[in-house]
Amino acid sequence: MSNSVIIGQYVPGQSLVHRLDPRLKMIMVFLFIIFIFLANSWMSYLVLTLFALLSVVTTRIAPSFVIKGLKPVWFLIIFTFILHLIVTKEGDILFSIWNFDVYSGALWKGLEISLRFFLLILMTTLLTLTTTPISITDAIESLFQPLKRIRFPVHELALMMSISLRFIPTLMQETDKISKAQASRGVDFRTGTIKERLKAVVPLLVPLFVSAFKRAEELAMAMEARGYKGGEGRTKFRELKLKPMDVWIFILFIIVLITFWILRT
Amino acid sequence: MSQPNDISFQNISFQYPQGDEWALKDVSFHIEENEWVAIIGHNGSGKSTIAKLMNGLLTPQSGRIHIKGLEVNEENIWEVRKKVGMVFQNPDNQFVGTTVIDDIAFGLENHGVQRDEMLKRMKYSLEAVKMEGYENHEPHNLSGGQKQRVAIASVLAIEPDIIILDEATAMLDPIGRNSIMETVDHVRSERDVSVVTITHDLNEVLFADRVIVMNDGEVWKEGTPREIFNLHKELGEIGLDTPFVTQLSNSLKSEGIVLNQEPLTHKELMDELWTFYSRT
Amino acid sequence: MDILFENVSHIYQKNTPFEFKALEEVSFHIPAGSFAAIIGHTGSGKSTLIQHFNGLLKPTSGHIRMGDFNITAEKKVKDIMDLRKRVGVVFQYPEHQLFEETVEKDIQFGPKNFGLSQDKIDSRLPEVLKSVNLPEGLLSRSPFDLSGGQMRRVAIAGVLMMSPDLLVLDEPTAGLDPRGQKEMMDMFSRVHKETQRTTILVTHSMEDALKYADYVFIMNHGKLVMEGTPLEVFQKEEALNQVGLAVPEVIKFLHAFESRFGQSIPFKGQSIQELAKEMTEIVRRGVKDE
Ligand SMILES: Nc1ncnc2c1ncn2[C@@H]1O[C@H](COP(=O)(O)OP(=O)(O)OP(=O)(O)O)[C@@H](O)[C@H]1O
Ligand SMILES: Nc1ncnc2c1ncn2[C@@H]1O[C@H](COP(=O)(O)OP(=O)(O)OP(=O)(O)O)[C@@H](O)[C@H]1O
Ligand SMILES: [Mg+2]
Ligand SMILES: [Mg+2]
Repeated sequence: MSNSVIIGQYVPGQSLVHRLDPRLKMIMVFLFIIFIFLANSWMSYLVLTLFALLSVVTTRIAPSFVIKGLKPVWFLIIFTFILHLIVTKEGDILFSIWNFDVYSGALWKGLEISLRFFLLILMTTLLTLTTTPISITDAIESLFQPLKRIRFPVHELALMMSISLRFIPTLMQETDKISKAQASRGVDFRTGTIKERLKAVVPLLVPLFVSAFKRAEELAMAMEARGYKGGEGRTKFRELKLKPMDVWIFILFIIVLITFWILRT
Repeated sequence: MSQPNDISFQNISFQYPQGDEWALKDVSFHIEENEWVAIIGHNGSGKSTIAKLMNGLLTPQSGRIHIKGLEVNEENIWEVRKKVGMVFQNPDNQFVGTTVIDDIAFGLENHGVQRDEMLKRMKYSLEAVKMEGYENHEPHNLSGGQKQRVAIASVLAIEPDIIILDEATAMLDPIGRNSIMETVDHVRSERDVSVVTITHDLNEVLFADRVIVMNDGEVWKEGTPREIFNLHKELGEIGLDTPFVTQLSNSLKSEGIVLNQEPLTHKELMDELWTFYSRT
Repeated sequence: MDILFENVSHIYQKNTPFEFKALEEVSFHIPAGSFAAIIGHTGSGKSTLIQHFNGLLKPTSGHIRMGDFNITAEKKVKDIMDLRKRVGVVFQYPEHQLFEETVEKDIQFGPKNFGLSQDKIDSRLPEVLKSVNLPEGLLSRSPFDLSGGQMRRVAIAGVLMMSPDLLVLDEPTAGLDPRGQKEMMDMFSRVHKETQRTTILVTHSMEDALKYADYVFIMNHGKLVMEGTPLEVFQKEEALNQVGLAVPEVIKFLHAFESRFGQSIPFKGQSIQELAKEMTEIVRRGVKDE
């Protein structure tokens, strides 16, 4: 199992952010992302960054854990930054390394893009770190409810999503188990030419498919045995209700956005 | 049907579409209200097929099945599934919800139970399987035994008349197995429910009032555990085992010890030996 | 293969909030040629332990010696392929690893990966098929058309083809009917005796441990809490109950017998018939005494 990548992983907790209504959380992250791309002055970036950092602190998840988890993305961020340094040729020449002239505009642009990228990843990661996948599914089902009128299968989609979410850890364990079993039979997944490595995937994929198929079959059987016959006539256990706290936090968020708007040039 | 049978199979024959042999051949039996029946038999003898026929997951080619007097057919199928709760072998492949509470909710939602009622039923079914406090646990953080107890809770919440356990303990360790059997026993002491356990574990058979032995798609014998384990030789011939106590008492008998009844538990055998010992 | 564990610990997902200590300071020695059983409740770390035997997992601390191979946290295992060739592992539900089009190809898959010559494979195949009790007629069938028990035998055949020095079995009888279980265990016992190899069995069945093993290890929450011959370990009913395990039925019965009749029948591996004889003697004596 992957030990370092935390994107998409939920960390249980009781913080304010954890308890926030998932629909609001999703809307907030969505708005935040849009606003990232509307930022154009260093003051407006400052507001967004402060808000993001405040959010991190509020989750009560160790910042070092969040930062370490973003490791694979750090590489992308730094790469984007360097790319800009090389490609962009605006403003004054600040200094040169070897034959490269580094322009001030490039530095600014590079920083800006990297920051945007960083904030975007950070906020979406915070969303998944503090919201159970099932709450996200609930939020989507609730937010998309209007689409039901145009016969969009919102319920089925939500159910499918929640079942996939439910089985991701199981399938990951399964993958781990089968790859260990095949490694014990002398399959080498790590070395060799590309062709050899591709060939090594077959003994992993075939059993995985077979087992996923069998699981799906048994699951369908179990669902039927438990009386599942589609969305018709079904009641709903999970219901989302806005709490006063949710409203207050949302108002605060709007104030932040207004401040942001004022600080834009 | 007039008699108070919970389950009745009349001359059931069944063949899988891809199968080249009959999985069940002219199978008939009855299970009474509040009875605990164990079904045993070698791998492939047709036990799971019987279980799946009971709630209409499969349809027989010939014969009739009644559940609580209701014939199992297209029309009644959803009614039947309200009456029959089923727990399968693999704890992972029947856990639909992302958390314990969601899994119990799944069945309740399917049957259109209102939310207030759901909360009530969730509470008592979790209590019955001793999983209070695990409401928000995710399946991959539970042991196999805990997942199976949740599966039982999900079934209980539907308030079925019949609970079928198809090798529900096969993938568990001895502690997990015991706790499942105790859970079922406890449930039965609190409410009226028939239980059908399908198992290879002889200790589980001892919980049952009656045993149905399957062999090659046919009912080979029916009787109390005592009657069935008396047939140790014949059982051996169809690939089944007898419990330690039965084996020991048979050896004792051939040593000339007279036992009055066929003992099934350590205590029963010990008491018999004691009677023999203290007889003048 | 001589096996030596010295203070071996294993921590899953180290340095994350999900960190989990699955093995803690485990030390033991299994001499070459022995049949050892590892017992413990669910999650006690048995599977984690056996994955160290062929280098699928490395200890987070401590030192392992498998024959001539050394496994530690710091160093990469040298010649890991060679180690895996000599340590055959039959995982829980090994039928899940089958993937080839025919039974024959699947059985040959491991041996080919480890560089066994076709001649050697061909000469070993009939013998291995016989010991796992698979008819040769099945060789050209797809492994997915077989019954569960047969699929398992195919997977085991693939491991036996390597004639490994150490055979590791993780709950090999799970899900089989009583006859299937007995046949499977008798087969492993036979294979163990015929060759001089070391066998390690992970099991939940006290009965099997008593019957087949000459040494047992009891695990509890990642720690090794008891070890010894089955007769020694299974005498300690209290201690076993404390880690959630029961003693085999025979021993339990003999204990009860002793407290009822005041006379002990020491268990030294007698068959049920022999025990019945000894009990009869005691019980009859009682009749005469009156
Ligand atoms: N989906 C299927 N398609 C074709 N044949 C099947 C299918 N399921 C089961 N069978 C066959 O039907 C027969 C009875 O199977 P069943 O699953 O009822 O046995 P069982 O007694 O439950 O065995 P086990 O102890 O292994 O669970 C077997 O011969 C089996 O091979
Ligand atoms: N890849 C993993 N990541 C994190 N934790 C793990 C991982 N694999 C196992 N564990 C945990 O380590 C502990 C020991 O697991 P292990 O599989 O070794 O137990 P076991 O004794 O084999 O149990 P069983 O009898 O159920 O097979 C368990 O609590 C398990 O949840
Ligand atoms: Mg079955
Ligand atoms: Mg294990």
